[in-house]
Order: sequence, then C-alpha cells, then structure tokens
Amino acid sequence: MGGSSPCASCKLLRRRCAKDCIFAPYFPPDDPHKFAIVHKVFGASNVSKMLQELPIHQRADAVSSLVYEANARVRDPVYGCVGAISYLQNQVSQLQMQLAVAQAEFLCIQMQQEPNLPAQIDQDEKSFLLSSNFNNNIPQYLGFASSSTVNQDPLKRESLWT
Amino acid sequence: MISGRCAACKYLRRRCPSDCIFSPYFPPNDHQRFACVHRIYGASNVGKMLQQIPSHDLRAKAADTLYFEAKYRIQDPVYGCVGMITQLHQQIHNAESELAKTQAQIAFLNSNDHAQESQVQNIETKLHPDSNILILPEQINAAGGLWSYVPASATSTDQTSWF
Repeated sequence: MGGSSPCASCKLLRRRCAKDCIFAPYFPPDDPHKFAIVHKVFGASNVSKMLQELPIHQRADAVSSLVYEANARVRDPVYGCVGAISYLQNQVSQLQMQLAVAQAEFLCIQMQQEPNLPAQIDQDEKSFLLSSNFNNNIPQYLGFASSSTVNQDPLKRESLWT
Repeated sequence: MISGRCAACKYLRRRCPSDCIFSPYFPPNDHQRFACVHRIYGASNVGKMLQQIPSHDLRAKAADTLYFEAKYRIQDPVYGCVGMITQLHQQIHNAESELAKTQAQIAFLNSNDHAQESQVQNIETKLHPDSNILILPEQINAAGGLWSYVPASATSTDQTSWF
C-alpha cells in the first residue's frame, strides 16, 4: 500500500494519520499553517469534537470559518472577529445615514420640480426609508474598537472562503 | 470549605489561587460564561491567550470577545460569528448600491432641471422688448421644451396667414 503523506494535523501532532482521519480532508499536508493556527486558538481536540458533531457536507465550511476566526484572533488577540464586526456595523450605520440624506434630497427635488404631483416613491424605497431596524438580528457592538495593531482592510476585503 | 472560587476553578474543580488568571473575568455568579469559552477554546488555550495580554482592561475585553465568539459558535456550529460578518458585507453592498442608485436619480433630476432652465433663458434672451412675438406660458412648460410662438398680430381673428 503506497504510503500517502499524513495530513497537516497528524504531522503537527506527530501521530499516524488514519484512513478515516477527521482532519485529513480539510487540512492537506501542503498547508501546515492552516492547522497550526486553528490548533493554537481552538485546540485539536476541540476542533475534532466540533467537526464530529457536524454532518460531512457542512464540515468544509466549518473549517473555513474556524480558520478565519483563528486568523482574526491571532492578528488581534483582544478583539478577534468582534473588532471586524464592530467596524462593519459602523460602516453600515454610516451608509444608512448617507442613504437617508440622499433619499430626502431626491424627494425634495422631485417635489420642487413637480409640485402638483404626489411624491413618486416606489414601495421598496418607502419601506427602506421608514425602516428603523436595518440590522435586524445582529446585536450592536459599536462599543468595541480594535487593537491599534490591527489593519482592518484585510478583514474587510479578504475572501472568507478558500 | 473552599469558598470564593471563580467560575473557571469551580468548573474545573480546583482550588482558586489568589493570582488565578481567570478570576477577574469569570466571576462565580456567571457559570455559563466560562462553560461557553471552555467548550470552544478549552481552559488551557483561554488561559494562554489571557496571559499574552499585558493589561487588565484589555484582558477583560478579550474575555468578553472570546465569550461572544464562543456563544455564536455554539449557536451556529458551522459559521459562528463569521456568519454575521458575511451578513454585514451583504448589507454594505446593498446599501452602497441603493445609495449609488439614489445619487444617479438626483443627478438625473438636476440635469433635467438645468436643461429646462437654460431653455427658458434662451427664450428670454431672444425676446427683444420691441418684438411683436407673444409667447404663451403653457408652451414654455411643455415637456421637452417644445414650444411654438404666435405673433402678437395673430391675436386678430384672421390667423390663416400663419398656416
């Protein structure tokens, strides 16, 4: 039987990589950093338990999100992902304000130009304008800043899924 | 009697030393807080992460954010709080699109308005005070600026010479 290379987890943990190794599909040997960072933050045993509790078709996404969180925590040991969440919520609030101002300006101009006609707003714009809760189910963590060493741009723009 | 143990030492069933790394951030009245972080990160990893951070205030914030992330990972074992980040990116994209659309509508209305104003100005500058041209108001406001003029002399009953 041809000896295939042990996965990155088994290499790091210095153990035999079994055929049914739970880590092997998600931590290939050519990317040792990926497992190293997840192991550092969560621990191999916890990652294994988390993966075992999930159906197979969801494990790849779970690994991607764990890697993302672990990277965020290593980059920012105080705020981790929460720093990015806070930053993005701030951006959403600012955009909401800009949008409200622009929509009010649009209505004003429309009413000035056609004073005898009712304001022509389509239903979607109306409900958007009147909606008071843009971030429906997301708790506000605007109070969380970020460590000064963190560069927010990578978390803003980087692709979450490999 | 062992009393005054922090939630972490109670959970781990050990003595809580006076310099316990967990005790300032995992008070005994909130068992769930430590249980969550322990389930996701493990006590040893949490202890190491807290020890890396130099100040008490920052350690407190770190404990809060670890708890937040652990809680969301328990609620959503596949995406954890990364799901929230994806949602926020989507909301930003939607808001930016909506803003661009509204700004384009404003620009369109403003350009229409300027076009009509300059047409009115053109009409007015071409009028000479002694001109016998009479311009009807409703013709100036017509869509597309289409207008016709009727010479003042045509107010007489005979209009046939103009057609």
